[in-house]
Amino acid sequence: MTELTLVEAVNRALAHALEHDPAVLLLGEDIGVNGGVFRATLGLQQRFGSARVIDTPLAEAAIAGVAVGMAAMGLKPVMEIQFSGFIYPAMDQLINHASRLRNRTRGRLTCPMVLRAPNGAGIHAPEHHSESPEAMLAHTPGLRVVIPSSPSRAYGLLLAAIRDPDPVVFLEPTRLYRLFKQEVIDDGESLPLDTCFVSREGRDVTLVAWGGMLHEALAAADRLAEEGVDCEVVDVATLKPLDAETILRSVEKTGRCVIVQEAARTAGFGAEIAAIIAERGLYSLQAPVARVTGYDVVTPLARLEGQYLPGVARIADAARKTMEAA
Amino acid sequence: MSIGVSFQIDFLRFLSADGALDPSTPREAIEAERVLGLYRAMARTRAYDGKAIALQRTGKLGTFASALGQEAIGVGVGSAMRSEDVLAPSYRDHGAQLLRGMTMVENLLYWGGDERGSDYAVPRCDFPICVPVGTQVAHAAGAAYAFKLRDEKRVAVAILGDGGASTGDFYSALNMAGVWRIPLVVVINNNQWAISTPRALESATATLAQKAVAAGVEGRQVDGNDAIAMRHITSLAIEKARDGGGPTLIEALSYRLGDHTTADDASRYRDAEIVRREAEKEPIGRLRKYLLARGLWSEEQEKRLAKDCAEEVERAVAAYLATPAQNFSAMFDHLFARLPQSMRDQYEEARRFAPNGGGHD
Repeated sequence: MTELTLVEAVNRALAHALEHDPAVLLLGEDIGVNGGVFRATLGLQQRFGSARVIDTPLAEAAIAGVAVGMAAMGLKPVMEIQFSGFIYPAMDQLINHASRLRNRTRGRLTCPMVLRAPNGAGIHAPEHHSESPEAMLAHTPGLRVVIPSSPSRAYGLLLAAIRDPDPVVFLEPTRLYRLFKQEVIDDGESLPLDTCFVSREGRDVTLVAWGGMLHEALAAADRLAEEGVDCEVVDVATLKPLDAETILRSVEKTGRCVIVQEAARTAGFGAEIAAIIAERGLYSLQAPVARVTGYDVVTPLARLEGQYLPGVARIADAARKTMEAA
Repeated sequence: MSIGVSFQIDFLRFLSADGALDPSTPREAIEAERVLGLYRAMARTRAYDGKAIALQRTGKLGTFASALGQEAIGVGVGSAMRSEDVLAPSYRDHGAQLLRGMTMVENLLYWGGDERGSDYAVPRCDFPICVPVGTQVAHAAGAAYAFKLRDEKRVAVAILGDGGASTGDFYSALNMAGVWRIPLVVVINNNQWAISTPRALESATATLAQKAVAAGVEGRQVDGNDAIAMRHITSLAIEKARDGGGPTLIEALSYRLGDHTTADDASRYRDAEIVRREAEKEPIGRLRKYLLARGLWSEEQEKRLAKDCAEEVERAVAAYLATPAQNFSAMFDHLFARLPQSMRDQYEEARRFAPNGGGHD
């Protein structure tokens, strides 16, 4: 048993995949000698060689493009995009090729690749380093989107992503990289890619969150417990394909739901969850579904980051209003 | 078989690493006032740079990208531009930006995470610092197109790094510039490192300047630690562009003596001995040797300059630290020309949860 941070768990999962599957290779900027800017690939080039842990030239669009080609020829490339804001140049390859190669070729060519990137704000990083683009990716047919919220889930979900026969975008919450340690068993066991996890059981209101926001939701649940409100907290973990049943089951039990999303509000992934509850869980609701989200603004620079990010105060406020309704 | 096309890339250096001047140096390039101006501007840039790092280390500034050792590039470019020209900088170009009129306070606000740091009071048309590497080259090309279309005698200048020259944005913007023959100058600060990735892993080409050849653009290489040559070659390219002669790519050879940014630790991936050797070629010491040998500079002037720079930087830091905090509304104020009515609820929510109760609009 080993206690690991989330970034260390990512490192262990990558090492396990490289060791057990010769088709797996890593590519990205500064991932070799430097071990990645967050050290997610620390020591892996030394261990597995520069042919399988590739320091690429600086070009995200081409990194994603060559990954498509590698994957089509039977390799399992795991690319690292250094920061979430630099995923955007790779979007052309993701949307026009990675996500649809299987469909276009009727299954003749496939794209078993993983795009890993840090995601979200909260570490006072420079401009373009704190984006949360998960909804754009989840909106793309043919892509899976995974966002872990803990070291053990990062380990198991990343292995599942690498083993998945289709492209997976794996977004690692930057603010959780070193926030806490957790026991992680490095046994190569993956977690299911289509499951939401109930992180805390409760009966009054369901808080639904993913990635960094899960911890804000859990902290809000602690605060609300002091006021006698018993929250259930669901970690979405895999946004797509979404395990709607776990969310609906929880809402059926509590009758109330607050969705917490770091990304900007409009057309965010929380809207999809709210729509599913409206479609399939309306009659179990005792109050309107609430969303606590980032505002529809450009992710601000460090000084206003704290006022942009949903936190305990806003989540608890929304949950209280939900409790007051009906 | 015959030769289809051949090309050569000229390399320009006037001042050797030990401060000796090439006798063929054009007279205007070594005009005393110009050279002293370059020297003072480089010293100012370095003084600011060092203080910014110190502020970051003491928690008073966010991540900062140092230009240590590359001052001649920024200063060469900034001094060669006219005020009506437009600069599209990367995040390491405060040397050029300070000459353009961006203030130290503005730059500190930017790196300090304050939205106001890109609202330059003086170079109103200059683009803000560009973090997505290489993308600014296309902006400069678009600006240059606008100047040509309107028959304005203005030039757009983009600066990027050697890593940026690996991006599609760089190449395709240069390609358009070649086709359109627009007044664009692109300067590559080849400091040999893209974070931890050395120049040899960025491109297999012998020079980065020759990437211009494939775009039908003139490409030139210069010693980027030679402020005299840097200024000269940039002036030639800018005035050529202004006169309708089309775009130029300049590869300036330098060396990143510091970390990529304050978030980086270069000792993890490069040999300190090589860095020490490269430091001997740095631009400020090189030009000082020349100035002292020519009797254009004295130890007394050096002391005065150091004092002046330090005082200017301290004044800027004091003003930066005394800048009142932004209101929550800074997130919303410049999102659109007018905030959509549909966003009023979000605006009010942000006000309600702001630490100071939201203050005034």
